[in-house]
Order: sequence, then C-alpha cells, then structure tokens
Amino acid sequence: MPKRTDIKSVLIIGAGPIIIGQACEFDYSGAQACKALKAEGFRVILVNSNPATIMTDPLLADATYIEPIHWKSIEKIIDKERPNALLPTMGGQTGLNTALTLAKEGVLKKYNVELIGASREAIDKAEDRELFDKTMKGIGIETPRSGIAHSMEEALSVQESLGFPCIIRPSFTLGGSGGGVAYNIQEFKEICEKGLDLSPTTELLIDESLLGWKEYELEVVRDKNDNCIIICSIENLDPMGVHTGDSITVAPAQTLTDKEYQILRDQSFKILREIGVETGGSNVQFGINPENGRVVVIEMNPRVSRSSALASKATGFPIAKVAALLSVGFTLDELQNDITNGLTPASFEPSIDYIVTKIPKFAFEKFPQANDRLTTQMKSVGEVMGIGRTFQESLQKALQSLEEDLNGFESILDDTSNQNETLRYQLTFPGSRRILYVGDAIRLGWNADQLNQLTGIDFWFLQQIIDLVDEENILQDMKLQEIDFHKMLNLKQKGFADHRIAKLTKSTAQDVRDLRKELGVMPSFKRVDTCAAEFATETAYMYSTYEGECESRPTNNKKVIVLGSGPNRIGQGIEFDYCCVHASFALQEEGYESIMINCNPETVSTDYDTSNRLYFEPITEEKVLDIIDLERPQGVIIQFGGQTPLKLSETLLSNNVTILGTDVDAIDRSEDRERFQSLAHQLNLKQPPNSTVKNLGEALQMSEEIGFPIVVRPSYVLGGRAMELVHTQVELEKYLKEAVEVSDQKPILLDGYLTDAIEVDVDVISDGSDIEIGGILQHIEQAGIHSGDSACSLPPYSLSKKVIQEIESQAKKIAKELNVVGLMNIQFAVQDEDVFIIEVNPRASRTVPFISKCIGESLVKSATKTMVGKTLKDIGFSNELPMNYFFVKEAVLPFDKFPAVDPILGPEMKSTGEVMGIGSSFGEAYAKAQRAANKVFPESGLAFISVKESDKKYLPNLLPMLVEHGFSLIATKGTAHSIKALGYDAQIINKVTEGRPHIVDELLNNRVNLLINTTEGRQSIEDSASIRRTALQNKLFCVTTIFGAFALLEAMSTNSDNWIYNSLQEIN
Amino acid sequence: MSFPAILVLEDGSVIEGVGFGAKEKAVGEIVFNTSMSGYQEIITDPSYAKQIIAFTHPHIGNTGINDEDNESDGIFASGIVIKDLPSHFSNWRATQSLENFLESKKTIGISNIDTRALTAKLRDHGSIKACISPNNADSLLKANEALDQFDGLEGLDLAKEVSTKESFSWEEGTWPNYAQTKNEKLIVAVDFGVKKNILRLLRKHVGKVKVVNAQISFEELMQLKPDGVFLSNGPGDPEPCNYAIELIQQLLSINMPIFGICLGHQLLALSGGCKTYKMKFGHHGANHPVQDLASKVVYITSQNHGFAVDLSSLPKNIEPTHVSLFDQSLQGIAFKDKPAFSFQGHPEASPGPHELEELFTKFNSMIENNAKKN
Repeated sequence: MPKRTDIKSVLIIGAGPIIIGQACEFDYSGAQACKALKAEGFRVILVNSNPATIMTDPLLADATYIEPIHWKSIEKIIDKERPNALLPTMGGQTGLNTALTLAKEGVLKKYNVELIGASREAIDKAEDRELFDKTMKGIGIETPRSGIAHSMEEALSVQESLGFPCIIRPSFTLGGSGGGVAYNIQEFKEICEKGLDLSPTTELLIDESLLGWKEYELEVVRDKNDNCIIICSIENLDPMGVHTGDSITVAPAQTLTDKEYQILRDQSFKILREIGVETGGSNVQFGINPENGRVVVIEMNPRVSRSSALASKATGFPIAKVAALLSVGFTLDELQNDITNGLTPASFEPSIDYIVTKIPKFAFEKFPQANDRLTTQMKSVGEVMGIGRTFQESLQKALQSLEEDLNGFESILDDTSNQNETLRYQLTFPGSRRILYVGDAIRLGWNADQLNQLTGIDFWFLQQIIDLVDEENILQDMKLQEIDFHKMLNLKQKGFADHRIAKLTKSTAQDVRDLRKELGVMPSFKRVDTCAAEFATETAYMYSTYEGECESRPTNNKKVIVLGSGPNRIGQGIEFDYCCVHASFALQEEGYESIMINCNPETVSTDYDTSNRLYFEPITEEKVLDIIDLERPQGVIIQFGGQTPLKLSETLLSNNVTILGTDVDAIDRSEDRERFQSLAHQLNLKQPPNSTVKNLGEALQMSEEIGFPIVVRPSYVLGGRAMELVHTQVELEKYLKEAVEVSDQKPILLDGYLTDAIEVDVDVISDGSDIEIGGILQHIEQAGIHSGDSACSLPPYSLSKKVIQEIESQAKKIAKELNVVGLMNIQFAVQDEDVFIIEVNPRASRTVPFISKCIGESLVKSATKTMVGKTLKDIGFSNELPMNYFFVKEAVLPFDKFPAVDPILGPEMKSTGEVMGIGSSFGEAYAKAQRAANKVFPESGLAFISVKESDKKYLPNLLPMLVEHGFSLIATKGTAHSIKALGYDAQIINKVTEGRPHIVDELLNNRVNLLINTTEGRQSIEDSASIRRTALQNKLFCVTTIFGAFALLEAMSTNSDNWIYNSLQEIN
Repeated sequence: MSFPAILVLEDGSVIEGVGFGAKEKAVGEIVFNTSMSGYQEIITDPSYAKQIIAFTHPHIGNTGINDEDNESDGIFASGIVIKDLPSHFSNWRATQSLENFLESKKTIGISNIDTRALTAKLRDHGSIKACISPNNADSLLKANEALDQFDGLEGLDLAKEVSTKESFSWEEGTWPNYAQTKNEKLIVAVDFGVKKNILRLLRKHVGKVKVVNAQISFEELMQLKPDGVFLSNGPGDPEPCNYAIELIQQLLSINMPIFGICLGHQLLALSGGCKTYKMKFGHHGANHPVQDLASKVVYITSQNHGFAVDLSSLPKNIEPTHVSLFDQSLQGIAFKDKPAFSFQGHPEASPGPHELEELFTKFNSMIENNAKKN
C-alpha cells in the first residue's frame, strides 16, 4: 500500500543547537526528511531553533519556524498550523523528548496530531531503561546484569550486587550525559549524584562492567509490512567503556563470523518488533564477550541517530529519507534505491567493498580543567570518516582528516618522560589519542598480547596497526629514491600519506609526489554504490584508493570544486557546512558542475545528492591536488570552509590552481599584523593600540604604552585559542610564563582592551565593484568576549544611526581596498561613538547563515555567483531586513559536559552551537533565544549581585529594574555596600573565601534564583569559579556580563504568552 | 606461505597477485559473491564445485576457520580470489587460519586483486572461465591450456560427482545449541551437494534425516518409508540430471511431500515441465530481496545460483510463490495439485539472513497435513 492519504501535513521537529552528542547529523537527517516528504506532496512544517542548518532554509519546508524547541512554543505552532502528524524521529534525543512532552501535556490529543515514525509507547519502551530491560527479558534477549535506582540509597544497594567497576547511566539524557564508570565507592557516589540530578526522571541504570567487551551497532530499518533490513553493521575499535560517539568505529564489522553476526541481526529485528518501531530507522547496540561470545544488548534508539548518519555515508543508503517515507505509509519495496538509479528497491541490504573508519574529534584544549579521559559520557565535538579499500587505508585517511597535523601514526610520546608508565596509563585509561599511543607502544616493542590486555582492542585491529608501524620502521631506513613502483604502490595501498613517507625518508611531500608521478602510482577513484559493483551505477559519491580501475570518468563540463570544512570543532562547525552546501547549489544554478571535497560524515555537504560530484576525502594538500589533477576544474572555492581550505591556499597557488573570489593575498593582508596595521593607516581607520612582542621585556615595555587592560594572544591562532585579558603587569608576566611560549618565531600580540565597548560583526558581500552590507550584528556581551560566544542582535538594538553609517562606510572601504569578491567579515568595537576596527576576515564567517535567514537571501549563494562572474545587480541582491522584527543569536555552551570547567565567557571561544530567537522587540527575541538555548530565566525571586569594579557604574540603572521585576537582592560585602549606597536593600553573604555560610551554600540550598556575576582578573575569576560552577550544576540562571544582565531584564519584560510565531516564509 | 600467482581469464587478461593456500593450479567458472561475512561457509558449500569465487568484501580471513561452520567436509570451490588476506585472524572460536585450511584442502587462493574491477567485468560480460595458478615459467601457457580444456558449467552434471556415495543419518541441529525436533517422521534428503545447515535445519524443524545418493532409485528410496523427501542444493546445470527428474516425477505421482532448495528447486521445476536457463552472472550474495507474492513481504535472502527456472515456462498446475526484486527472476514455486514446493535461494542461510527458516517449518506442516489427508 502506498503513502497515506489521510495525512496532509507533517510537523518535523529538528534537533536544535549543535551540542556535544547532537551535531549536524540531524541537519542531514532532517533535511532529507523535509525534502522527501515535500516531494511526496505533504505540507511540511518544520521547527528548529538552529539557524545554521540547511533544513531551516525556507525552500526545504512549507513553513519553517526558527523557534525554541520547547513544548510550549511548539504548541503555539501546532495551534496555528494544525498539522495532521508529528514526525519526532529526525531531531535526535531533543526531537523525541519534546514529542513525548507534547504527548504528556495533552497537546497532541488536543489538536489531534498523530505521532508517526515512533509511537509514544515505543519511545518509552526504548528510552526508559527499566522498561527496556524488562522488555528485553520478556523476549529472551540478554541485557547486562543491572539495577535501576531512583535515589542514592537504591544506587548503593544495586552497586553491592554488581561489584566494581560498574557503569552508571542516567535515563533520558543526551549523549549519555552524566554517566560514567566507577572503580570505587567515592567515584560511584559522585557520578550517581550528578546523574540523578541530570536525569529528567531522576533515574539511573547501573550496569555490570562490560569494560573490554567488543561493541557493535546495527542500523535497522523496518516498514509497516514488517519488512526489516540492516543497513550497516558497525564495529567499535575501542571496546566497551568508551561511548560509541567517542570511539573509533569501523564498518562493516570485521571480527565476527557470519553465525555470530546473524545472531545480532536476528536480535535487532526481534527488538524492533517488540519495542514497536513500525516505520523507520533505529540502531541497536550490542556488547560481546571476546572470551566466549556472550551477547548482551546495550541499548536501542527508535530514531535516526549519529550512527545512522554514519551508516548512510558508509554505505550510500539514505536512511533518513527512507525512514521519513516509511513513516507516511510507504513500504520498502515501493521505494527505489536512488544510488542504483532505481534499478533495485530500497528493500535490500547494502553490501560494501571497502572499509570505513570513523574517528571522533575532541576539544579538550579548550577546557584544560576538564577530565580528558574517555568514558561512557560523550565528549567529542565532531568526527571524520576515512574510506579505503582496506582497513589500514581507511584508518590512515581518517587520521589525516582530523586536521591535527597527523599524517598517519605520528609519534606523540615524549622521549624524556617515563615512557612505559605514560604508555601504560594512556593505554589503560583512554584519552583522545589512544590510537597514537598504541603506535608508540609498538615502536617500543610492546606486543599484541600486552596491547590487547591494556586496551581491549581486538587482536585483528592491533595486528593491522603493528603492520603499519613495522612498515614505517622499514621505511625509516630507506631513502626515498630506493622506493620502487611496487613498494610505493604497497605503501599507498596501506594509506600512507605523501607527507608521512616524506617524513620517514627525510624528504619532502613534493619529492614523494614527484616520485609517485614518475613511477606512475596515482590514485584511482571508486564509487560508493551500496551494492559492491553488482549493478552499474552513476552515483556521484567517490573515494580514492590505489588499485586498478579508476571509475571517476570526469566530464568536460564547466566545473568548480568547493573545499569543505572538515570535522566539526569549536570555532568551526555547521555554519561552514551550510556555506559549502549553498555554494554547491549556487554553482549548479549557474550551470557549473559542483564538486565537493569533504570528510565529515555528519554533514549535508557529504550527502550523495548535494553536489554533482562528491569526493569523500581528507582535505589535505595531497588529496585535493590529486582530485584537481583528475578533474581539471575552472576553479576552486576556499572561502566557505572556514580555516580548513584556507590552509591550502598557498599550495593551490603554487600549483597554478585558480582560486575563485577574493585574492589570497587579501587574507595575508588582514592576518599579518604589520600589513593590517598599514592597511588601517592607509584607510584612516582606528585600531585599538596594539603591538607585537617577542619576549617578556618587550611585552612589559609595550604594555605601558598601550595601557591596561590588554588582550594578549599568540599570533595566528584560531577561535581565540589561549587568548586572555590581563589587567596588570603581574598578570601579563604570569601569562607569558605559564600560558604560552613567546619567542622570535612565536610572537605574542598585545591589544589595548576597549573597556565597555560594544562589539559589532559585519558581513559584507562584493562582486569586485559593487559592495553591499549583508548585515550588522550588535553583540550583547561587551568586547572581550569571543564573538562566537556572544549573543547578538540584528538589527543593532542600541547603536546610533551615525555609528551604523560609519560602520557601513568603513566596511565598504575595506572591502574595496582588499578587492573582495565574495564574502568578508569584519569585527568592530564601538566605544562611545568611536568605531574601532578589530579584525577582518575576507571569507565567509560564522554569522553568514544567521544573517541569511534574517534577510531571506542566501549570502553564500550570491557570493558564489559573484565568484563565477555575476554582478550583484545581475543577481538582484537585496539585504533588506523585514520590518518590525528583531533577530537574536545566542551561543550554546558545553559546560554541562565538563563539570570541572569554569563556565565563564571570555576571549576564547567555547560554544558548540547557536540558536536564533525571533521577536517583535529585542526583548522578545532575546527571551526566545534564551528559551531556545534551554536557559530558563526566573521571573522574580532572590538575585545575587557581584559585579567587578568597572561595572559598578551600571548599578544605578540595573538595580531599579531588578527591584521592579520583584527581585530582592543578595550580595557580597563590597557590592552590597555599593547597593546600599544607592538606597537599595541587600542581604550580605560571605564570599567563598570569607567563611561559611557563603554564597555557594546559598546556591546549594536553592535560595538564589538569579546570579549576576561579572568579574575580571585571573585571581578573582579563580576565586569566584565555584559560584558559577554551582549555579550551572543547579541550573540557576547566571549572567557573567553586565550587558547580558540588561538584555535579560528586557527579556523578562515580555510575556511569553504573547510571543509571536511567524514562519520564515511569512517573515520574508 | 604466500607465493607469486596469476589469475588468467578467458578473455585473455592476466592479473598478477599473491597466491596462498595450496600451490596448485585451479580452473573453473569465476563468479563474484557480495556477502560480507561467511567465507568459511561459502568455500565449503558443495554448490561451488568447479567455480572460482571472487569475494567483493576486501578482507577475507579475519576470523580464521572454526570447527562449527563448515558446510561440508571439504572445499568444493576450485579456488578463491580476494583483495586482502589479513596476516592474522582473530575470533574466540577460530582454530586455524584460512590459509592453512586452504592448504590442507589442496585449494589455491589469490589475493591483492582488484576484485571490484573484476566484479564489474563479470557484471558486464557475464560469468567467464578463469584459472588461478602459481606464477612460474610456463604457468601462463598451462593456464591457457587448462582454460581450453574446461568447457564451463552448461550441460555439466556435477551433482552426481559431489553426492554422497553411502547413505547416512544426520543427527546434529543448528549452532549454537544444536536443538532437535522430537518429531519421529523421516525425511530422506537426496544429496546433490547438500549443505550441512540444511540437514541441521531439517533435523531441528522436521524430523529424522537420512541422506542418500543423488542416483538412488525410486524403489530404494521408498524402502526407507520416508514421510517427505528433500531435494538438496548442488552445483552445475540441472538439465542433464535425468535420473533425478525421473525420480522426482515418480515421487510426485504418489503425492510424496517434497521440498527443494536451489538445484533441488530447479529439478522439481524441470520435473513439473518447466524450463531452466543459465543466467548472465547469477546470484551470489546474502543481501538479495525476494518477495513472497502472496503476502508481499520482502525477505532478505542468501543466494547462490547460476541457473534459474524460466518464469514464463510454468505450467498451469505450478504457481510462482517468490520473485527476486533485483531482477524479477523466479525464486519459488508450489504445485497447486501436489504437496511440493521449492525455493531458489538459500533459506538455510549459512551464510546469510535467517528469515526464511520458516520454509522448513512450512515443509513440516505440509507433511503433517498430507498425512492427515491420507
């Protein structure tokens, strides 16, 4: 039976902001679902708070709401749109949880909305640990021995029956958030306490330890006729104990016999049937005892997931699209497999003739206080995938894709320290780079038995790595010229990068490349076709390897390569994938063949139908040049993938590759300190006083000239790495001695800090002659907070007309001088009425998708068109903002995943994602953005005030507003005096260093509802960190900037019952 | 130990690779198999007699060889072609390496072959003859001679060659718990190259099992007093197997319950008056969708056949029950007027999905219903 005709409109809930555990894989799945359902004639209504997504592009749905994913907001939208059905399985855990709440609150019943894809019962059975356990026992499937606890007492008694180590997982949390492995009673209590708090149902599942067991995941799809298929099996290289999201994983499974694999397959189907997933995709996770093959099921997710995105990219099978169509009544045999041009139906199991390896990417360098050992709580922020004809090739390609200066199994072991001890620790307690320590241990002669014992990694994988290291040892004694055709071919087949071969043979990558060409060892490209070549296909999706036939068959069309942005990381995330996807679309609109190169399996850019051709490859010099050699494109676009493609600009130029858009020299002019200074001089623009210093003496001397406070940072850093605000020479000295290295080669930049300045982000588009402003974003937090972590507003909410005009004129001047073709981002600071230029980036910025959503025009599409010769006039570019709307962007931070970290904003970027709030006033937009970021602010109550000296001048404005909202005040001595001096009442409370009871006690006792805590200087920040940490853990609203406090008060003045809900289609 | 080897194809191409297993030349029809697991079952499947198997999955040998998963006591494939033979295997049940096993069974393998390009060639040109040989001075010449002497599978009755000489009873159920039915009925399994897992499943679901030679006479068979007859899978072309067709026609005439798999299916069809033909490159894999025409349910099945029954040749008393969703070819038949049905794919899996295990219970109930009627 084909699609249901009783459903006319479907509401899809997205996953919201990018957070750890929920990244752009849900943009990929949601975008597929929207496209598929729209194509079938359904009216698609989408709610997602994340403006940086492709799915929220107005063309993908009929009504797109960038609104908080909160049941109250969604109820308003349901009331307005009256959908027949709600598809909750595309938006990750957020989508499922929100759908459940809507059901529990009676909203679905009230408006007669049917849950499709997964029923309420199915979601409950899969997600509620106790119920899941019981359900599995009922069908004779083993789960780990375990117990459920709803209190610490229950937890302790469960623990007694299981022993140590044991695994603790709270119910209904994202990415296993709050879980962990406990080896002793103290750890056990700590984890349980946190877990009970984090779980919305105050529930913990405590499991017997399966540490070291083999871990597998199967991706299953089922339709209403009970047709079941497995899309892919995934084997974790890191055994149980490390969250799947943090594990290196391999597809298809490599170390199971068919008999063993079929047990997992049979059980998966049994589980789906019993849980009641009738239409859609799910994943089921298993643990297998490597000693005897005992199988236990760990969990299942009745929705598409990060793993299903990986499985889709690993096999070419579009799981989310198919799952969406099944949910509206289709059956698998009625759907075609797009990859085989419809030659075969979707009801089959992909067979793949290559190996994929996924490696997660971490951001511990951003959170030095965080515990960087991997556990059952996910901590990675992104991932890469490598495809190769062998495991070795795919593993080494994945390592090269990480952008961590790894060309393969680089040695990372310090030669001075106690090596054996370090290795033993690193192998036993895995961190983000365990795989490299495995390589180092092999170099020191450790054997497979030892490695297996410490890591639990299967012998099969270990032997493969041993073979690679052995190969390196041989290579190290060779000269490059000694490598003959067979040796070179063999090395390349094992995935050795030119750079790695060069390093080992003490030559250069160019030498290796030249030799390869001379020997005729060039890559061939194979297609990802779901069927192991059983059927001839024209799929656009390719990977490189070194053997036999090249299936690429490049066309003679006009073509342009877009370089992607690689793995998600803090500072470079989904925004750049959005840009690359739009570039690809624009190229196709202009009649070009678009060719994408990227290695991030979560993204829309690596979907099989986004570009005309997709090369799933590391974005490295070697691989990119190989593809350029083959494709011979008219040009390459490097503006949209963040820093990743920019790093290749010089290589591309020296290989005579045409780079489209702004000249590469413009990047250097804006990044090189001295050249930038002379640019500013030449254009008569104001810069904060600044200097570049190469040693401590110079630093101290210059600091006097510049004047404190000073922003210090190493030159050429990304995302504000190691950037700090210092207030005294003592602090500056400490920074230079402890935080960074300073030398002639590694100079340090000093910038005068503009106190109380307002920061402004401007995106500019130019075709080389006409220059237009894309949008001017006013930051809410004052200058000094990294722009990626600040909330901001479009239009500016407090800048004068004169200042705005000045900003526009300066931006245009710069664009003209740099001859921008495409996009450019500028950051200004406004102090009083003076405009200072802070930073220029002649490329797409993080704010581009946000602005595009506001003005209803894709900046990237227009920019791409200018790069291939169109003028802004040709395109009809318009930057007009809709009247009567404010758009606020708020950053979303991962502090809840790193409890030891001080959740304070600063010059180094720490946010993982963003949300957008749309309102008829600034306050409303800001309030909605807070709700979207899942930050619940109080309406009244007790407000704790502790502000730094320089903020005290704002108290006369702030206090009456607080009091008017019904807040009473509590403060530490200094601030309390200031408050009282202004004629307001305030309770006095001890600082943490002043004896008890102190402020943290009050927070723990739940007496305080709001914290306004601004601070400066290393020492004061350290002293007050426990206040912010406690506030975060207790979900108290904590503002760490004074301007943030004012914005919050404006938000409080709005009434959420009166918030407007308009779709993008209505707004623009 | 590995050694230089060549793969020579009928079309003249010679591909160099690395040999492993026995250093003995092998000739056969080359087919590709897309199953990602189960190489042990595949190479020990008697249906692969006189065939060389090219595996599309790149790593073959990862889990070694264990004592439980063989489908027969030997290796019937002439040789195997793979991309990569891992230097080590790893699995808690493994007792030896694939390489050792091949050597002990006097079978050659060749690795470091672009099996994807090979698959594309077979897909486009159909199955062809091939020879794997250790690479030495006159190996190419000898290989070409061998290819000339090999006439391919068409018209070749291989069933009688691989069939058991002596009858035997089968006791074992399926891995891992070897469960057996308590039913007392007797199934006679006519061995055209039977896979052990079929016998295991008959023992598990239907009754006692006696395996007999392919050329058994009707009288001899009836002396065993079977409650049902099973027609096994096997290698080669079904058409020359006149002895089997005659036997089956006699069994049909007395309304003996019959279940056939693969070659057994083709022989049952021929006995009922259908025609068979040689396919271009056949079906060899574990991911083939087959639709039950009555229920519309799609089963993912294990497949291994190079011949098929012509759908258009079915007489009125035989109905099609299953078709392949890959190429719409016939996958199952049932007699309307007789207790007899058969399936082209492999419901016994091994390797492959288990969904169609229900055909064994269907056979069981067919026998029971038939007994009631009489």
